[in-house]
Amino acid sequence: MAETVNQTQNFLKGIVKENPIFVMLLGMCPTLGVTSSASNGLGMGVATMFVLIMSNIVVSLVKNQIPSKVRIPAFIIIIASFVTIVEMILEAFVPFLYEQLGIFIPLIVVNCIILGRAEAFASKNNALSSLIDGLGMGLGFTLALTILGATREILGNGSLFGLKFVAENANTFILFILPPGAFIALAYLTVLFNKVTAKTAK
Amino acid sequence: MSKKKDTFMNMVISLFVITIISGFSLGYVNQLTEQPIKDAKVAKKTNAIKLVLPDFDNNPVEDVVLIKSENINDSIEVYPGFANNEFVGAAVIGSSEKGFSGLVKLMIGFKASGEIQNIEVLEQKETPGLGTKMKDEKFLAQFRDKNPSTYNLKVKKDGGEVDALTGATISSRAFGEATQMAFDEFMKNKENLKTPKN
Repeated sequence: MAETVNQTQNFLKGIVKENPIFVMLLGMCPTLGVTSSASNGLGMGVATMFVLIMSNIVVSLVKNQIPSKVRIPAFIIIIASFVTIVEMILEAFVPFLYEQLGIFIPLIVVNCIILGRAEAFASKNNALSSLIDGLGMGLGFTLALTILGATREILGNGSLFGLKFVAENANTFILFILPPGAFIALAYLTVLFNKVTAKTAK
Repeated sequence: MSKKKDTFMNMVISLFVITIISGFSLGYVNQLTEQPIKDAKVAKKTNAIKLVLPDFDNNPVEDVVLIKSENINDSIEVYPGFANNEFVGAAVIGSSEKGFSGLVKLMIGFKASGEIQNIEVLEQKETPGLGTKMKDEKFLAQFRDKNPSTYNLKVKKDGGEVDALTGATISSRAFGEATQMAFDEFMKNKENLKTPKN
């Protein structure tokens, strides 16, 4: 049965139909917390995507070995191990990003997208489908975070990926880099996203 | 393959195996990344020191002097710089808890005469777009080549000579306080710093 799953659709659903941020509104903590710039959003997205893909694969491989009563602690251990690995690698090789993301890296452990996919998808499907599911969901998450980060950075700082395109002393909407700006930008982007996808669905 | 039954033994064994595997793999990755993490931290410090000190040819990170201060709990790190065994100045870590959102940590480079060579912001959590402008050239420029014994580091509002950042007087105050603290410690310990360690 698993073989009949259309892999293309499996991949695309994470980006559009079941986009974790704009449609399912999961994982709001890092979404609102780190997206003050496009590069922060991208970095967080890629780190989360790596953990999501790896945990999806491992969970689907060991799903039959784990008694269902202890599956949640088992999943959490698997996820936490990968998060710790990501944290150490980031600290060693991209210390700049490690400092920017700070506490939000260890918090990937409790990101509900990852546990949600492990429970809802990987524990019921084979490794290949789980990998593709993780890739699609991870890309959807990364795209959403980068777009949100870019929007906030352009409006709030007059720059994109750190490149400033307004005059040094120009007044920008500082509100958008502050925490309330995250909520406002996210709300409008969600509306926009759902408006566009609703139209194309017709 | 059918799912394992929920017996007590099965649960214990599966969790045990998973934690063992994860423990070993974490230990392995930790071993791999231990050295790069240390190197990255040293590189970051060396870069900051290069930015704030006049040219030097020793390794200030190795020559670090820790100074106990009665004002704060932590000891203060001082990195002396030497060129041809001649003392050229020292980079002092100054900090203040009075920032708008807590700790402001600076690295201030003093010339041997006590004048400020340059300042680098190491850590701050100030308001983006307001207090974070303390990193901007325009704000930092007013401290360069000033000697804090004649140049009052307080903001103009408090009777000093520093132009505070627009909308971020508290951040500017903390900045001045951290710089003042570093200067006081530098002057107190200047004589001890002047002799190279080796």
